[in-house]
Formats: sequence, C-alpha cells, structure tokens
Amino acid sequence: MKKSFRAMFYTPYMMWLALFVIAPVGLIVYYSFFNISHQFTFDNYATFFRSGTYLTMTANSVLYAFLITLISLLISYPMALVISKLKHRDLWILLVILPTWINLLLKAYAFIGLLSHDGLVNNLFELVGLPAQHMLFTDTSFILVASYIQIPFMILPIYNSLTDISDSYIKASHDLGATNWQTLTKIIIPMTMPGIKSGVQIVFIPSLSLFMLSRLIGGNKIITLGTAVEEHFLTTMNWGMGSTIGVVLIISMVIVMLFTNTKRKRGRN
Amino acid sequence: MKKFIIAIVVLLAICAGLGLGSHELTKSTGDSSSKVLNLYNWGDYIDPSLLTKFQKETGYHVNVETFDSNEAMYTKIKQGGTNYDLTVPSDYMVQKMKADHMLIPLDKSKLTGMSHYGASFMNKSFDPGNRYSIPYFWGTLGIIYNDKYIKPGELTHWDQLWHSKYRNDIMLIDSARDIMGFSLISQGHSVNTTNTKELIAAKNKLNRLSPNVKAVVADEIKMYMAEGEAPIAVDWSGEATEMMSQNAHLHYVVPTEGSNMWFDNLVIPKTAKHFKAIYAFLNFMNKPENAAQNAKYIGYSTPNTDAYKLLPKSVRDNKQFYPPKQVLDKLEVYSNLSAKKVQQYNDLYLEFKMHH
Amino acid sequence: MSNRSSKLGKIYIVIIFLLLYMPILYLIIYSFSKGTTMTNFRGFSLTHYGELFHDKRMLAIFLDTVLIALLSSVFSTIIGTLGALGISNAKRERSRQTLLSLNNILLVSPDVIMGASFLIFFTSLKVPLGFWSVLLSHIAFEIPIVVLMVLPRLDEMSPSLINAATDLGATSGQVLSRVVLPFIQPGIIAGFFMAITYSLDDFAVTFFVTGNGFTTLSVEIYSRARQGISLEINALAGIMFVFSLILVIVYYFIENHNLVSRRKKDKLGVANQ
Repeated sequence: MKKSFRAMFYTPYMMWLALFVIAPVGLIVYYSFFNISHQFTFDNYATFFRSGTYLTMTANSVLYAFLITLISLLISYPMALVISKLKHRDLWILLVILPTWINLLLKAYAFIGLLSHDGLVNNLFELVGLPAQHMLFTDTSFILVASYIQIPFMILPIYNSLTDISDSYIKASHDLGATNWQTLTKIIIPMTMPGIKSGVQIVFIPSLSLFMLSRLIGGNKIITLGTAVEEHFLTTMNWGMGSTIGVVLIISMVIVMLFTNTKRKRGRN
Repeated sequence: MKKFIIAIVVLLAICAGLGLGSHELTKSTGDSSSKVLNLYNWGDYIDPSLLTKFQKETGYHVNVETFDSNEAMYTKIKQGGTNYDLTVPSDYMVQKMKADHMLIPLDKSKLTGMSHYGASFMNKSFDPGNRYSIPYFWGTLGIIYNDKYIKPGELTHWDQLWHSKYRNDIMLIDSARDIMGFSLISQGHSVNTTNTKELIAAKNKLNRLSPNVKAVVADEIKMYMAEGEAPIAVDWSGEATEMMSQNAHLHYVVPTEGSNMWFDNLVIPKTAKHFKAIYAFLNFMNKPENAAQNAKYIGYSTPNTDAYKLLPKSVRDNKQFYPPKQVLDKLEVYSNLSAKKVQQYNDLYLEFKMHH
Repeated sequence: MSNRSSKLGKIYIVIIFLLLYMPILYLIIYSFSKGTTMTNFRGFSLTHYGELFHDKRMLAIFLDTVLIALLSSVFSTIIGTLGALGISNAKRERSRQTLLSLNNILLVSPDVIMGASFLIFFTSLKVPLGFWSVLLSHIAFEIPIVVLMVLPRLDEMSPSLINAATDLGATSGQVLSRVVLPFIQPGIIAGFFMAITYSLDDFAVTFFVTGNGFTTLSVEIYSRARQGISLEINALAGIMFVFSLILVIVYYFIENHNLVSRRKKDKLGVANQ
C-alpha cells in the first residue's frame, strides 16, 4: 500500500497512542518518583521491592490471575468449539456477550445473593440433603466468580479463530484416518493458537488488578495489586506509591506479552 | 465497505435519537433553567421530594451529581473543571479541604435557623465555630449483631470481639481509621493518636483478631448482614439502620468504653458560583420540618435538634442512634492527621489485612 | 463430529449458558419483588418499574449511558481497526511488539490510575468535564480491545490474497474495502461488541472525568451503594437486558435474511451467465 494512504489511516491511532497512552504513562512514571509530601524519591520502588508486603501481594495476584485464566480457558475452549459448530453460531456468540452488558457491581450483588449462607445455592443444597456451606469469602468462590466474569472475553477470540478454519482441513484430517481427538489436538488447537493467545492476554492482564471482586466475593482475604492501587489512590491519596504499582503492572504486562508472543504466520497457503 | 458505512450511519442516527431523548428528559426536569444549584452529594443521600419542594418554594433547580468516597470527591474538586456549589464531606475531610484552601467560609449573616442545631453537634474540632460547615447527618461506629446467634446484651465491649468463641464470625468495614480506631480504643488510646508505639500495638492486637474475622468489606456489608452471612459486624450507625430495617434480628450497640463519632457536613467548595441559591438551600435544609423529612428518608441521625423532636417516637427513643449525653461525651471525632501519619495508619492496616 | 459427542456438546453449552445467565435472572426476578432489597423475595409487584418510569433523572442517565456506549464504540472500532492494520503492517518484529505493548497498557492499568491520569490530562488542557471528556475517555480505553480482536484475523490473512488483488490492478483502497475488510469483519464486529461491554461496565474512569451534570449508569450505581442499591436499578437492568436481547435477535435475523437472499441472487446471477 502507498505510504501517504497508509499515513492518513494510521494517524488517528497514533494520535491516540500519543495522547492517551504515552502521555498518561509518562505521568504515572513521573508520579512514581514522588512521595506523599511531593518530594522526589526512589523510596516507592525501594518499599515495593524490599517490603515483603508488596512482593507477597504480587505473587498472590499472579497466582490468582493464572488460575482465573486457566479455568476460563478450560471452560471456554469447548464452549467456543461447540458454538462454532452450531447452525446459528453468530447468534449464540452474541448471547455469550450479552451478560457482560449488565453492570459488574449488580452481577456481584446477585452472586452474593446466590452464594450467601441463606442464599439460593444453599437452599438447593438443602433440598438435596446437603448441609449449608459457607461459600462466600473463600478462594474458590472468588476464583469461580472472577472466571465467570472473564469467560465471555475468553470465548470470543477463540471462537473467532475457530470460524477461520475451513471445513476442508477437518475433512482432510478425517479422510486421512485421524480420530476426532487427533483432529482436535493436531489440527484444531494449533490452528486456533492466535485466538487462545489473545484470549489469555485479554483475561490474564486485567485479572492482575481485580479489586472489586476480591473485596465483594473474596472479602479482602485476597489482597491483589489492584486492591493496593485502589487504596493508594482513593484512601491514602499516596499517588506516588499507587503509580509505582502501576508501573510494575505495566512491566509485568510486557513480560506476559513476550511470553504469548505471536510470531506472525503469514497465511497458511 | 458499503455495509460498514451503512452500519455506521445507522448507529450514529440512533445516537442522535438517544441524545435528543436525554436532552428532552433533562429539559423536562428543568435543568436548563438559569436558576440552578449544583449539589455534589453521596449517592441517594437526600430525599428527592425535598428537591422538588425546594424548587417550588424558591425557583432554584438542584442538579445532583454523586460520588462514592470522600477522597474521590476531594480529587475531583481539587482538579477543578467542575462547578459544584455544595458538597458533603465527612469530618476529617472538612479539615483537609480547609487546610488545602478548597472551602469558602460561610457568611453567617445570610444563614437562618442555625439555632435549631444541638450544642453537642456544633463547634467540633474539625471546624471550630463552624466557620465552613453545617452538620448534615451524624453517627457512631459500633457493633451489629444477629440475635439468632448472639444473646442480646452479650456484647458491650470492644475487647469481647477477640474472644475465641467468635471464630470466623466477624465482618469488618473496610476503613483504616475505623478498624485501627477500635483497636486503639480497646487499649485505652485515642483514635487520633500519633504515637507510633500505640499504633503498632493496635496493629498487633488486630492481627490477633484475624482468626475471628470473616471478611473485610465495604458497603456490601449491609447485604451480607441482612442475609445472615455473619453474626457480628463492626460498622457505622447509618449502615446499621439500613440493615436493621431489612432484618429484624439485627441490633446495634455502641461499646461502653467509647467510639468514634462521625459527621457528614454541608460545605461550599471553591468551585461554587451560585451563592444566592446556596444560601437559599442551606436555610431550607435548616428548617426542622425539612431536616426531619430528610432524616426519615435517609434513616441517619440528624444533628438538627428541633427536627429530632418531629421524628416518630420509636426513632427518638432509640438509644443506639440518639445516645444519652454520658455516651456522647465518650465519643471522639476523627481529626485530620498529617499525610505521613495517615500513611502509617494505612500501611499498618494493610499489613493487618494481609495477615490472614 | 459424531452424534454422541455433539449431544454431549449441546448439554455442555446448555449448562454454561444457564450459569452465565443465572445471576441476571436472579437480578430480574428480584426486580419484581415487593421488598426493597435483593435478599428475600417478598411477593410479586411492579412498584419498582413504576418508580423507574417516574424517575426522569434515571431515564436520562440511562439514555446518556447507551449514547456514550454506542458512540464511543463506533469511533473506537474505526480507530482500533485502522490501528490493527498499522500494527499488522509493521515491517520489523520489534516495532510490532512495541506497538502491541503500548496498545495493551490501558488494558492492564487499573481503572483508578487511568481515571486519575485522564482527569489531570483533561484539566490541564482545559477540556471541560462532561459529555465530551467522558466520550473521549471511553473511546480511549476501548481502542486496545478492538485492536486485540481484529489483529488475529489480520494475522491469519494470507498476503497472497492481497498480492493477487494488487496484481489484478486493485488500488490500495479497493484492496482494503474488497479484500481486507470483508475478511476481518468478524473481528471488527467482535471488537465493537467488546467495546460496548467496556463502556457499559466502566465506573472509575467515567467517575473521574465526568462533571457538569453528566453521569452514567455505572457511576450512579456505585455511588448509591452506600445507601444500598434500590431495586429500581434492578428493574432498569432487567429492561435493558430484555431490550438488548430482542435487539440482538432481531439484528441477527435481519442480517441472516439479507445474507440468504443475497446468496440466492448470486446463484441466479451465476445461472444467467
């Protein structure tokens, strides 16, 4: 494509990068070098890397984000696979997105109602004769509810890459005597890797900084980096420390990106 | 390509329709008139029918915008770009905003009805002489318990929360000052202490509370308690009224060794423009019948003593929400600490939360 | 797929769909409760819907929210798609990687940081806070998700397709509109829907950059949490949900109908030749 033509098209995106990404990041990095009394300092970074508090928190966040991503991937992949085989598949995929249009706080409140001690799930348990369980404020329920929130974001990119695979590949594979399982592991999954990778990025990265759910469903027994940022910006008003954590989050995002690096496959032909 | 262009045009047309619709709706509520007052308030923190009544009496239309924490409100007003005429910070925030020159002093000559307020609610340490603020609602920090699990009268002291029989039974409100505060009180210290030793002792004591703590949550605590999720909670009186109206088994106590007393206050931020409307509104809210109507709607305790007299007897006689003088004397208001000290409170509190 | 596994698959998606919709059904059921909270159901009533229709402020907020969601999604989808084209055209692997990392920064930044830095940005540029600042911010944080949805499709596209088109004498514009766009269309649509999702869900950023009487539903809901969220909000969520459900289904069948009739026409055309 011609250069001038290209430039005209990419200008808005580059402007966006400059104004809404690079400028705010510059601001965050700048703030991360100031303490609460507005003096220049490296203390924020020293605090972060020296105190066990923040390192434990980072480890926790990574662990939980990993589990949430894994669970949503395990649930989403078969889901996307089945939907991509349905007759009205585009409609079904829209129906997967629809629940995300309801406010997160409202859904979290609904989960509180469902999972609480006298809630619906326990009532069902009682009907079956099981004793009532304490389900709220456990790691399990936190991870499950967070996965619930993330599943649509995982299904969509996987579904998109599934619909790319033309039927002829699958037919060919069957003609060559491959079983369903072999077709899945040798053909379908490798061909949908780009979708899986972008799903992992879309889910893992925001999961590092969850704070609303870790409080509502996890009862703040799980403190993630997101909780700490929230606290530093809105409670202690120590924007310096909050920004420092932000910088750490951005760096870890870049690391994740490197791990899920998509080497460009230029076409299949 | 054609399809995309059609889609974009259709979507933009829908947007135009929506914009028109919302414009019509706001116009019908009178937003566009020149006689306005911009109130920056907590969500759902004023009886909407009072706003209609105010407009009928004075002709000023009140635009309400909402915030969900003192600090968020502070950031917005400090950055400017807004035109709020009145806002409702809590006690320590009044002091902080005052220190940062973000408030305009009240012109007492334009105020009427200040005599309706009780002496115990005026002239507090966060704003001596009420130069900047008029109390809006007040309350305490206390313990809420469910009588299905806890005998009434069993809990009267902060120290009892540490008892091993309440294992995994307690929910705490997610607020550094309040949680550190009750630990400090239980050790006989002030909630405004700046003594590092006392603060560390308070945190260590909180760490020992960990096995009893079920969760540390915010506003949702109301829902959890109403659901019977935990037998005990530490929360503010305002939240307690809300829960108790939903679940008759819940009760509220202010521990005998004392507690925090909080105030939400009407103040004029530096962004204010419509001063005639501001004083009309303040005077309107000072009137006992209006303050009483608001208190009935919100359910918090009103500092307007003459309004209190207009409330139903069942509310007036409730000693937990309108405590007698000897209890009031033991309550302490938070003062605004230096940034470093606030940081220390918060760091220690974060360590406690991580202790689980 | 064999019959048995497709039956298993159907059972599986039915279960997942039930789980996905359970909290929403729960919300909607409680919007019909006589009580005032989402804790115990107190008998059927329509009072909350009545309240809602008399609450003009709430309805205006609702319309504004949808307006911002649609408008910002349109713009972010356009800019994001162009951006994805740019990234996929990047010559060197390293510049691609850099662009992608920059792209994803807003996805990883916690909302509060984003909101606070946007606020500083707008106030220092003297942009008045309100509709426009909210719209700009929403466009800003929706762009990266659009890019992430479109990019894998572009990566899948074979360059021989473009080469063939150029060899046949197509201009850049024609290549884009006849070859590239149709191929990446599913990604664009997915990006658009994700953008709507992000817009409707955002609280923190909107909170910081709004002002002068403009509010969205999320901000209103979060700031009401202190007093307890009234079931009026459930009613609104319920209506919004049913409305979008109908919209999605109608959209799908119109789209589908068009496709089918166009295919028929194509076939006729082929027959006539």
